[in-house]
Amino acid sequence: MSTSTDTIEQLANAEYKYGFTTDVEADTFEPGLNEDVVRRLSAIKHEPEWLLEFRLKAFRAWQKMTEPTWHNLKIEKTDYQALSYYSAPKKKPALKSMDEVDPEVRKTFEKLGIPLIEQQFLAGVAVDAVFDSVSVATTFREKLGQLGIIFCSFSEAVKDHPELVKQYLGSVVPYTDNFYATLNSAVFSDGSFVYIPKGVRCPMELSTYFRINAKNTGQFERTLIVADEGAYVSYLEGCTAPMRDENQLHAAVVELVALDGATIKYSTIQNWYPGDKNGKGGIYNFVTKRGIAHANAKITWTQVETGSAITWKYPSCILQGDNSIGEFYSVATVNNYQQADTGTKMIHLGKNTRSTIVSKGISAGRGQNTYRGAVKIAKNAKGARNYSQCDSLLIGDRCGAHTFPYLEIKNTSAKVEHEASTSKIGEDQIFYCRQRGISSEDAVNMIVSGFCKDVFRELPMEFAVEAQKLLSISLEGSVG
Amino acid sequence: MLLEIKDLKVKAEDKQILKGLNLSVNPGEVHAIMGPNGSGKSTLARALSGHPGYEVNGGSVTFDGRDLLAMSPEERACEGVFMAFQYPVEIPGVNNAYFLKAALNAVRKHKGLQELDAVEFMQLIKSKAKLLEMDQAMLSRSVNEGFSGGEKKRNEIFQMAVLEPRLAILDETDSGLDIDALKIVANGVNALRAKDRAMIVVTHYQRLLDYIVPDFVHVLSGGQIIRSGGKELALELEAKGYR
Ligand SMILES: Nc1ncnc2c1ncn2[C@@H]1O[C@H](COP(=O)(O)OP(=O)(O)OP(=O)(O)O)[C@@H](O)[C@H]1O
Ligand SMILES: [Mg+2]
Repeated sequence: MSTSTDTIEQLANAEYKYGFTTDVEADTFEPGLNEDVVRRLSAIKHEPEWLLEFRLKAFRAWQKMTEPTWHNLKIEKTDYQALSYYSAPKKKPALKSMDEVDPEVRKTFEKLGIPLIEQQFLAGVAVDAVFDSVSVATTFREKLGQLGIIFCSFSEAVKDHPELVKQYLGSVVPYTDNFYATLNSAVFSDGSFVYIPKGVRCPMELSTYFRINAKNTGQFERTLIVADEGAYVSYLEGCTAPMRDENQLHAAVVELVALDGATIKYSTIQNWYPGDKNGKGGIYNFVTKRGIAHANAKITWTQVETGSAITWKYPSCILQGDNSIGEFYSVATVNNYQQADTGTKMIHLGKNTRSTIVSKGISAGRGQNTYRGAVKIAKNAKGARNYSQCDSLLIGDRCGAHTFPYLEIKNTSAKVEHEASTSKIGEDQIFYCRQRGISSEDAVNMIVSGFCKDVFRELPMEFAVEAQKLLSISLEGSVG
Repeated sequence: MLLEIKDLKVKAEDKQILKGLNLSVNPGEVHAIMGPNGSGKSTLARALSGHPGYEVNGGSVTFDGRDLLAMSPEERACEGVFMAFQYPVEIPGVNNAYFLKAALNAVRKHKGLQELDAVEFMQLIKSKAKLLEMDQAMLSRSVNEGFSGGEKKRNEIFQMAVLEPRLAILDETDSGLDIDALKIVANGVNALRAKDRAMIVVTHYQRLLDYIVPDFVHVLSGGQIIRSGGKELALELEAKGYR
């Protein structure tokens, strides 16, 4: 308990801890989006013709699309012409070590409590830090390189491994997929690329810290992870953003390819600025995450979503190969005026495919939390199985929890189980804890972490600790 | 004096429940409180532990010379006020042992003692579990979740044994216990009787007082203590009732 007590004390009234901005000269496009912007973006990055084509096709498709409205979210209209589609730190050095990183950027990392150097040596984590749109630091590459593992920024991958990028980009999330993914396909700035060769087990957690910085710049991250046959990789994504008054749009795309017998674990802690107590400001987070699992492959999505004003996100698995496995473990927290519409899609195409969904939604304040999950079992998916569990926890009586499970079963041998529950942290429970000496906030934290433990268990150790802290921060002040 | 209640008035939802209650408790003493249903016994227990649903609108309570009413519920607990609930609360998902460790460490921290680590804590609760003949399996279940009525009551006294309060208020701990369990729990309570620890035992039945022999017996009726006496008073009440 002492750690969470300390955390609360430290952070009481701290508002958003990571709410600060950094002064780095940015090379930023004028607001606006048209074909010319797409071309300039591609040119500034010296991209090959095929990639420009990909972007242009996406852009043309996007112009004919409209934002989805089927979600359970109240969203202020975004003016896409008012956004700038490129921003990069001006002094882009060729970095050999952390010392060469812009001191301002390093300070930012320090404030965020991400001691890069310490992490490199202590935790054995290779950190590919994304500062705004362009990677400024990549570490451990050599060590990974000896195993044939590629872990680099997306732009570098385009330069150094164009054949891999060309083969897999858009293979899981086609450029026509949905409004936000299509926009991303047209204007994605940078992101991460991972390739694990056949039979290689990546010896460390790969980790990326994203950070939205330059004002008015929508962020369009693009991540592509390919695990070749029999390979294994665990990838961690953690995000923080500085405090802003305007809404900031974020539309990322993550594609995972797990070839025969491969395993990809993708864990996320999402802690973007959620807006203030009155619902002003905050990040709009519209993410498309999808993986394809070939025969005997396994994809696990684990997410802890505490931030953003609006979260629209459904990490999904296409279980294409026989015996492939998809898992989704999620904790989504909303407080104050936050809204989340999140869940997953498990698409069973192969025989004996299995999927597990464990979703824990926590609503406090006036937060609205929606679980939306689809399980589809195709005609040929003989022996497919799914287990879903969706639990909601309410704190206070002005928040809401909603559950929309969709089922589509076209093979009669399939077994699908769904369990759902809604509970409320009662005043009696809080008083009982207090009578034993435990403060209200600690009581809430304790009940919340008990509620989430099936998901936290799936996170790598140090991430689980971080997740616990974030939950207590995001629920601060939720009980009187 | 450990606890001094003077002219205590308590109301809940516009209902005046306690109407000027006086009670003094010295360290080492056991006071039994009896009285008809709805007379305010649980209300007294809740008011002493600081339940936010109960408003004190008169009188004073000093605990070891300090104003108890000015303290938050958790502060009272840390100062050594323990209430065994008449209806213990279930907390799904929170491990019983983990909960108790959090509670004990909160109390220890308050006292300026070092927090116990997992190993030390497990050793401590093993011996306390033995005292109350608690099944080990209950320690790893969620707090009170799915416990039988009797198991919940036993768990309350188990928590008291671990937390070692200075003032324990047991609200109808005997109700719901079978004959054997009653003996075990009563023995557990007796083992915790100490020179520097006082107890207020709320009960309807002499049966419990056969095991936990009180120093004083009080009758609470209509929001006030209307009679006090020694342990014989309980026998008299058992025979004649409250009227
Ligand atoms: N929160 C509350 N709101 C309204 N009325 C209350 C509240 N709590 C207690 N009361 C009322 O106050 C009176 C005293 O209740 P209390 O629970 O203290 O009785 P008790 O002496 O413990 O009874 P029992 O022997 O049945 O346990 C009852 O009439 C009860 O209905
Ligand atoms: Mg009662």
